[in-house]
Amino acid sequence: MSSDAGDAYARNTADAVARRRYGKLVAFLSARTRDVACAEDALSEAFAAALADWPLNGCPSNPEGWLLTVARRKMIDFARRRRSGEIASEQLQRLLDGLDAAAADAAGEEQIPDHRLALMFACAHPAIEARIRAPLILQVLLGVDAAMIASAFLTSPTTMGQRLVRAKDKLRQAGIPFRIPEREELASRLGAVLDAIYAAFAEGWADSGGTDIVRRDLAEEALFLGRLAAELLPQEPEALGLLALMLHVEARRGARRDVHGAYVPLAEQDVALWDSQMIDAAETLLRHASALGSIGRYQLEGALQSAHVHRRRTGEANWVAIVQLYDALWALCGSPVVAINRALAIMEVHGAAAALQAMEELASDARLTEYQPYWAARAELLAKTSACEDAHHAYEIAIGLERDPAVRRFLQQRQSVLTR
Amino acid sequence: MQYMLLLYSDANRFLKMTPAEQKLGIAAYQAFSEALTKAGALKGSNRLQPTSAATTVRLVDGRSQVLNGPYAESKEQLGGYFLIDVADLDAALSWAARCPGAAHGVVEVRPIWVM
Repeated sequence: MSSDAGDAYARNTADAVARRRYGKLVAFLSARTRDVACAEDALSEAFAAALADWPLNGCPSNPEGWLLTVARRKMIDFARRRRSGEIASEQLQRLLDGLDAAAADAAGEEQIPDHRLALMFACAHPAIEARIRAPLILQVLLGVDAAMIASAFLTSPTTMGQRLVRAKDKLRQAGIPFRIPEREELASRLGAVLDAIYAAFAEGWADSGGTDIVRRDLAEEALFLGRLAAELLPQEPEALGLLALMLHVEARRGARRDVHGAYVPLAEQDVALWDSQMIDAAETLLRHASALGSIGRYQLEGALQSAHVHRRRTGEANWVAIVQLYDALWALCGSPVVAINRALAIMEVHGAAAALQAMEELASDARLTEYQPYWAARAELLAKTSACEDAHHAYEIAIGLERDPAVRRFLQQRQSVLTR
Repeated sequence: MQYMLLLYSDANRFLKMTPAEQKLGIAAYQAFSEALTKAGALKGSNRLQPTSAATTVRLVDGRSQVLNGPYAESKEQLGGYFLIDVADLDAALSWAARCPGAAHGVVEVRPIWVM
């Protein structure tokens, strides 16, 4: 192998390990010390060492084991330096014991115990500020850098970096346990983990055109975490429900833009462009979830997506079922976002006037003044009831609140066909 | 806190658009202003004439030197601004992302220096 080819091979192997196993290695290295930042630093030095060593000496047969051994040595170096002489400290001993056990048995990657879910529960702990949970999970479990997370969550890279550092300090200093909660606590804690995964997915999904590589990657990473959660907690219906929801939404990615890049609303999408494999997988997950006999938000949202998919088989969405599902979802979480979608479903069954009435009670909710879908929905309902002047104004606000140029053009087009 | 959203873009692109496209582009800015107003965040805003109308002045050795054109020649130039009053940087960034200028150029977000 030429040295260039050797370099490329080593780099590719390291990249592949980084992509698939990063979180597993961080989770393992930080499981005992709870020092995530230290584990990340050690691992990044181990990857740098791999890129220097592997092209010269060839890729090791067990790259994960190799990285783990090097990272472990780095962690011990860090700990020694920080403790300046206090080598026999209890924490360092614990670190050595735990890592020794693993390094001794570095024969296969399967041998490294999987603590990723425990780490996710730590990151989504109630003691960690809610808005940093999703970014923290993305960084710690997937190695996504702060600048990329900052772009996706519309925060400055410096601020995001500081928040992540603070959150990791808190993980270590507050003694947040790295473990999967006990049965009775699991249900309430799982919600935060799933919410964080869904937040990452929603941020990735915001760019429906898929032109923004940062956002598209984020949606993929969130799907990866969703699969992981469903795989590790197959008896938790909400974990299955979330994965089903994300798969249903992801299945329609190719249909959300026409050939010219213009936005295509759900009702006008070409069902032939939907990914049938993902849809089938989602439907199977929902069936498994419902057999477990405990309904929740993500199963309901997954079921809603499923009712839309009905159109693929019958040519028509199942609006009566959709209204019923929104009723259940509204009773469960009372979110204004749900109420807006419920109103739009009511329009399909009972007409625009009934839908406007259903939305009337939301008008006083201050959170909605800056929420584009509220104004767009209102505009559409007003247009249907021939209140064109009001519809025009509502479209104006919706257009001003939208950040995606394609959606903005779509709304402008809707606004322009109003007859005043 | 007050922030200035400084809109940088290539003015030639606008001049090359069809009248219908220009109208749509301007309407998007009007909608953005309207949304800012509705949210009670708008303090002021203006669109600037292209840099072909710009003149720069500086004092060199006590004498004023007047030059045609903008301060710096570059493809993307300052074309307008929005002065907004919002809770924090995150809120300012979220408005900047909605600004049509973020799609066809760059929006620089600068906090106002409070004296």
